Amino acid sequence: MDEPSATQPEPGDTTASVIATRGLTKRYRGGQLAVDGLDLTVPAGSVFGFLGPNGSGKTTTIRMLMGLIEPTAGTARVLGRPMPKAARTVLPQVGALIEGPALYGFLSGRDNLLRYDAADPTADPRTRRVRVAAALDRVGLAAAAGKKAKAYSLGMKQRLGLAAALLQPRRLLVLDEPTNGLDPQGMREIRTLIRELAADGTTVFLSSHLLDEIEQVCTHAAVMAQGRLVTQGAVADLAAGARDRLVVTTPDPAEAARVLKELGVGDVLADGDRVTGEPPVRDLAEVTAALVAAGVRVRGLTVERASLEDAFVALTGEGFDVAG
Amino acid sequence: MSRADVVQAGAGRRPNPLWTLGLLRSELVTTVRRWRTLALLGVLAAVPVLVGIAVKIETRGGGPAGGGGEGPAFISQITNNGLFLVFTALAATLPFFLPMAVGVVAGDAVAGEAGAGTLRYLLVAPAGRTRLLLTKYATVLAFCLLATLVVAVSALLVGALLFPLGELTTISGTRISFAEGLGRAVLIALVVAASLVGVAALGLFVSTLTNSGIAAMATTVGLLITVQIVDQIPQLHALQPYLFSHYWLSFADLMRDPVYWDDLVRNLGLQGLYAAVFGAAAWARFTAKDINA
Repeated sequence: MDEPSATQPEPGDTTASVIATRGLTKRYRGGQLAVDGLDLTVPAGSVFGFLGPNGSGKTTTIRMLMGLIEPTAGTARVLGRPMPKAARTVLPQVGALIEGPALYGFLSGRDNLLRYDAADPTADPRTRRVRVAAALDRVGLAAAAGKKAKAYSLGMKQRLGLAAALLQPRRLLVLDEPTNGLDPQGMREIRTLIRELAADGTTVFLSSHLLDEIEQVCTHAAVMAQGRLVTQGAVADLAAGARDRLVVTTPDPAEAARVLKELGVGDVLADGDRVTGEPPVRDLAEVTAALVAAGVRVRGLTVERASLEDAFVALTGEGFDVAG
Repeated sequence: MSRADVVQAGAGRRPNPLWTLGLLRSELVTTVRRWRTLALLGVLAAVPVLVGIAVKIETRGGGPAGGGGEGPAFISQITNNGLFLVFTALAATLPFFLPMAVGVVAGDAVAGEAGAGTLRYLLVAPAGRTRLLLTKYATVLAFCLLATLVVAVSALLVGALLFPLGELTTISGTRISFAEGLGRAVLIALVVAASLVGVAALGLFVSTLTNSGIAAMATTVGLLITVQIVDQIPQLHALQPYLFSHYWLSFADLMRDPVYWDDLVRNLGLQGLYAAVFGAAAWARFTAKDINA
């Protein structure tokens, strides 16, 4: 493969970031502020999760990165070059799935891809059919390639959209809700595909509202709320922001809380038959023994792992699916 | 390292100038494969058949067609020479059927893709906004020619089947050979196709204003009808020389001997003006537009 590695720093650019925005702002006619001063940095080689409730400005950001929308203020650099000015050199190296697939219903799946490939002036027509067949095969659509796209199910359309993003070797893939409409098996396949692509050195920028999906495949993540960036960084660091909790289930919560405090457990809270606190440094077996010795009837004792969802709720102070 | 080296290393693939024609070919094929386009061409092909059969039935008794001088130009000559069906069919379709078909295809060109969402994928491919718009306009112009040829060829076939062919009489009364008549028919078809250039540019401009293909088609066809009505109101005669349809029927002057060029040249100049003005407006709009669909 003669493609330059995505981890190789862009010449003329001091950072190895594939996407870098500074103060990126979009105000729509009518005054609505969709994106407000966004400073986003996507490291090369990462699988970057882009999170936020509906209406938080994710899609507007993606459209500005792809040169479809002109920013009101601020700058966006993709692959080290300014967008939308350098769209002609940047976009052939970027595969994108934006707000779901869009297809010509009266054309077959194969003809849809042939058309999108013909739109790319850097795509070699001599290898077009081979590359289209390879892309169809990669998303598992080879058998349905000759069928009219209007007869495709939502999941098949989604796969065809992904295939269009994979027509060429790419340095960056921008995937907006790539598993939308797929069954659990399809979701697993797409996740595997994303991991494979990332292993090849492609940076993947993935927007999703499925937190566990982000946790499963992403190395980095950013969270948006109401047009602003709430946080960004490595997924491990973000999840560490929300602490694990020790959870004791017991019919004697008051007594259990007293014993836990004596053992030096911090932030002890009793809620019904659940008593929670910060996980102790000492062995959990000792905690169990101490509780039992004090006559506390223990139904269960465990440490619940913090999820990205806890981190998200802690950051935004709201549930994930609340529209902003 | 020079900046040019950076671009080359970064881009990886260098576009071959000829590959850009791939988009035009894809656009032409995609347009012609639409069921709507085929239906429009079918209607256009049917017009000469209807006119031919009507003339044949009406003249079965031996009398001349369109006795009172009514109906499209040249209709009374069809019984003498089938070639006149070509001129009659073009004269019958040029005021409405042909520009309507062009308005539908041009109006749908950008707005239809925006409505279906395929526009954003063409642009991130990246097709390039100017390149895509030029491709769209070239395709609409190709459709102007194709639609006109469909009418002309259909008329020629029907004319040859139903009526005699041979030498023909020009409007000026001189006789010209069938071969020369055929040559003039080709010339007339080209002039008729060129007469649609203005509507095509107008439709393309309207198409960049909206994300609804239906709205763009309806607006373009609505403008066409409005212009045709304005062209009929005597009180608005000051405006009329600037209406794209004003000199349309001047193509009949090609059947004079010698050819009377004044109105033909005015027509082509006016079409060029419309193409320049609305082409520029479409470009200004499309290259600055936020693609939200």
